Amino acid sequence: MNSSVATTHHGPASGLSRWLYTTNHKDIGTLYLWFSFVMFLTGGCMALLIRAELFQPGLQLIQPEFFNQMTTMHGLIMVFGAVMPAFVGLANWMIPMMVGAPDMALPRMNNWSFWILPFAFSMMLSTLFMEGGAPNFGWTFYAPLSTTYAPPSVTFFIFAVHMMGISSIMGAINIIATILNLRAPGMNMMKLPLFVWTWLITAFLLIAVMPVLAGVVTMMLMDIHFGTSFFNAAGGGDPVLFQHVFWFFGHPEVYIMILPAFGIVSEIIPTFARKKLFGYPSMVYATASIAFLSFIVWAHHMFTVGMPLVGEVFFMFATMLIAVPTGVKVFNWVATMFRGSLTFETPMLFALAFVVLFTIGGFSGLMLAIAPADFQYHDTYFVVAHFHYVLVPGAVFAIMAGAYYWLPKWCGNYYSETMGKVHFWCSFIGVNITFFPMHFIGLAGMPRRIPDYALQFADFNAVATVGAFIFGFSQLIFLYNVLHCIRKGRKASDEVWEGSHGLEWTLPSPAPYHSFSEAPQIK
Amino acid sequence: MSIIHKKTRTVKWLVASCVLMFGFGFALVPIYDVFCRITGLNGKVDLIPAQPSSVIDESRQIKLQLVAVNNETMPWEFKPKTVVTRLSPGEMHQTAYLARNLTERMMIAQAVPSVSPSEAAPFVQKINCFCFERQPLDGRSEKWMPLVVSIDPSLPKHISTITLSYTLFDITPDTPSTVTLSERGSL
Amino acid sequence: MEKLLLGVSGLFLFSGRAHADWTVNLTKGVTEISREIYDLHMVIFWICVVIGFIVFGVMLWSVVYHRKSRGAKAHNFHESLVVEIAWTVVPFIILIAMAVPATATLIKMYDNTEADLDIQVTGYQWKWRYQYLAEDIDFFSSLSTPREQINNTQEKSTDYLLEVDNPLVIPVGKKVRFLLTANDVIHSWWVPEFAVKKDAIPGFINEAWVIVDKPGVYRGQCAELCGKDHGFMPIVVEVKSQEDYEQWLAEFKKADALKSQAAEKSWNLADLMATGEQVYSKACLACHQANGEGVPSIFPALKNSAVALGDEALHIDVVLNGVSGTAMQAFKDQLSAVELAAVITYERNAWGNKTGDIVTPAQIAELKK
Repeated sequence: MNSSVATTHHGPASGLSRWLYTTNHKDIGTLYLWFSFVMFLTGGCMALLIRAELFQPGLQLIQPEFFNQMTTMHGLIMVFGAVMPAFVGLANWMIPMMVGAPDMALPRMNNWSFWILPFAFSMMLSTLFMEGGAPNFGWTFYAPLSTTYAPPSVTFFIFAVHMMGISSIMGAINIIATILNLRAPGMNMMKLPLFVWTWLITAFLLIAVMPVLAGVVTMMLMDIHFGTSFFNAAGGGDPVLFQHVFWFFGHPEVYIMILPAFGIVSEIIPTFARKKLFGYPSMVYATASIAFLSFIVWAHHMFTVGMPLVGEVFFMFATMLIAVPTGVKVFNWVATMFRGSLTFETPMLFALAFVVLFTIGGFSGLMLAIAPADFQYHDTYFVVAHFHYVLVPGAVFAIMAGAYYWLPKWCGNYYSETMGKVHFWCSFIGVNITFFPMHFIGLAGMPRRIPDYALQFADFNAVATVGAFIFGFSQLIFLYNVLHCIRKGRKASDEVWEGSHGLEWTLPSPAPYHSFSEAPQIK
Repeated sequence: MSIIHKKTRTVKWLVASCVLMFGFGFALVPIYDVFCRITGLNGKVDLIPAQPSSVIDESRQIKLQLVAVNNETMPWEFKPKTVVTRLSPGEMHQTAYLARNLTERMMIAQAVPSVSPSEAAPFVQKINCFCFERQPLDGRSEKWMPLVVSIDPSLPKHISTITLSYTLFDITPDTPSTVTLSERGSL
Repeated sequence: MEKLLLGVSGLFLFSGRAHADWTVNLTKGVTEISREIYDLHMVIFWICVVIGFIVFGVMLWSVVYHRKSRGAKAHNFHESLVVEIAWTVVPFIILIAMAVPATATLIKMYDNTEADLDIQVTGYQWKWRYQYLAEDIDFFSSLSTPREQINNTQEKSTDYLLEVDNPLVIPVGKKVRFLLTANDVIHSWWVPEFAVKKDAIPGFINEAWVIVDKPGVYRGQCAELCGKDHGFMPIVVEVKSQEDYEQWLAEFKKADALKSQAAEKSWNLADLMATGEQVYSKACLACHQANGEGVPSIFPALKNSAVALGDEALHIDVVLNGVSGTAMQAFKDQLSAVELAAVITYERNAWGNKTGDIVTPAQIAELKK
């Protein structure tokens, strides 16, 4: 089927229909990436509004009701609209090129899984204009705040979550089918680039937990509209059950957002260290064990709900165990750099920042795993600092690194290295000014998700707000750089980077619309 | 085997796993209930009558506290006859809760029990409890709702205080917050 | 120029006031458990610092010395079984070493010995209710920071957002057990100095306990998102010596008795309106707003509303018993007869709702029976 497609169409269709009807993995990858960038800016604006309100104590710009809508929408949009689609976009572009396949295994489904997303998010954003306002119960939507006490727009929220869940599941099926079936001859599993490996494992996680998320929102829907009481104590239900089911999805979800980042960084560091990745097999095993452990640690998000002692101890141990494979990964990256021949182009800078700042996020994660101490950290800004450290300079920096790394291959031109470095340093400084003080205010006792705070938290909050604006606006440099690169960047060579390795760099730059119509031979 | 064939097989497997996991999400509900029953997680207690114990452990006394909580929009007066009692494990304790409907209309209530520490939940045996049934009450009237409870003598030694709380919910039909008592309680 | 000067001096002031505020670490607290948690926190923190120092040190070394611009040539090693086993096993041992004391503290926190005082803590949107099980004490505790401070029209007091009308009072050195539950959504009762944070879940009861060594006033906040005013339901606990505590008990009971007497005296419209306005701003304003216009489609207006202008009995019923399935709570237990009568009278006569009706405390006291 793919070969016939490849021989009958030589180039993209023109105009809007190219994008609407496309089944080409590169087009779809591009669509995903632009979509996620738009969502990143949307969610970012919400974050800036939140930070602006928190600049000083007292209510200045927005009222508590709207503040809660903003925190909720910011979380949902960043998780489901920015980070996840960006990874799927990178997977669409790179996986077929990395395994030597002509396209994704299911190109038509691929088109579908992208085009669902704009509808899902239009629905989600439209709730902002509805009576009673948008969802205001946090991205974790704990019952009964999200059921009995929810605004009427919760139904639209549920449908939006269903739609993005279907999109993710279809994306995951496609990725697995591609990796398992379309590898070029000789490309056996232990030769797969790490980005492909981490995405394979991520896709399995998606298959395992997205249906559970669909299940939990369906139960909510039934509780709200059909009189069941899954989460309502009055009818024999239990609000804590919601948290268990949600985090059964939620914790693997966290790894869904970080494993592909591990993959990207594992591609970039060897390139710019001009040295093979240290401990390839242990990287694969570590990823797999992180994925496995992610299923048995969910209740560490719920240490304060009143679990029995045994439960607390079990989930504490299991959570601490995750530090072992994660540590292995960090050590491997450092060992890859050790005695290499390093250069510091923008992708490498982002990858290095990833290693350092993600590790800091990992450290605070280890602290949060200590159950007794978690009684103090839980639901404070310490947690906010922790997960922003793993998601912003973690996942987002890895996506930025990947974008800079592969951009010359995608559009055939180099981006401006100077602008890239300015973008990096602004982002790096901005991110740390924003999120590092949050550790302090969290430890000092500021709960998360509050629109106004006591005076002793004022100074660090002001600092964090300044950092957030630096970080937010420096993303416009990125946008400009990408546009500049596409339109008048310097012509890129085929291998792009001196130390590049892997199938994607054997293709011309820009990568032709149809690549590997004939499978390459891997020695 | 051709590539298309292999692909179809993979996709079938994956779709089946998705369906399975969707079902698993729902299966977590009864699994959780069973889990709660065994471990006393969350202080959840059975809504089925227990058999009185035949032995009484005279060697120790347990402090049993009875607590009444009104859920929001439950305008009844609701309180236990006695708040604190001391009893030996195995001993039967007979008491009651007062319910008084302060409104003008007939209302139906459902009391939901919960035990703290949650570890003690499987050892609190309700031989007769008003929480087994929904409780209708006419406007401006009151009644004593009976409770017969005993504590299993196999209660771990380190537990000396048990709190049994009842939260009263309004389940009168035609109110927007109406919920029907699902069958899960007796699963 | 003047503006610039003002700005600079503003910055200066800002940093001057800030001096005491740059708290960067967890509180040691005033209980044995909170100190143990603090120690655990510091141990794990230093472990992380040491590991970070080593890892980032090696990384920095490579970044500085193994860069191409210095002429570094890439070596060719890419695996070493010994090293890989070492950095799997060593962290594992460190973790076990960390888990042992953590588990010990956890076991202590789950101690079930009998308490000297049991207090039922119920979370409401957006206030706390404290009921002393053995005593006949039952009161609500809500934010006392005036709206003007929140809206920046008044200077903020030192305990801005951390002050309440009726603080919880407990004796020092006694084991106090908290039984936590909620009336509507999930809340979480947190006082950092006690290292107590437990979710209050509707329909379920949770427990936590504390033995405080030092008398004082300790402040905390709700830690679980519970709707609009989640940020405005602080917790204040006054820990008193045994004598002071007993004195407080006696005074509280006396004041309670006085309140019911107050219901029997006769009240005129002006008095009720004055009291009513205070009660309104404490109990109703958050939703129905200062101008009585509510928030469209979320919280109904009282100004020109059918309830406030219509049948008095219905209005009383709504305030006392709440409205099922909406955010309107039952205020019967939350407010005294005088307060209820005053606020209903206020609502019927404020913002141009000139019904001229007077609802008397005696009338309400009769209904509350």
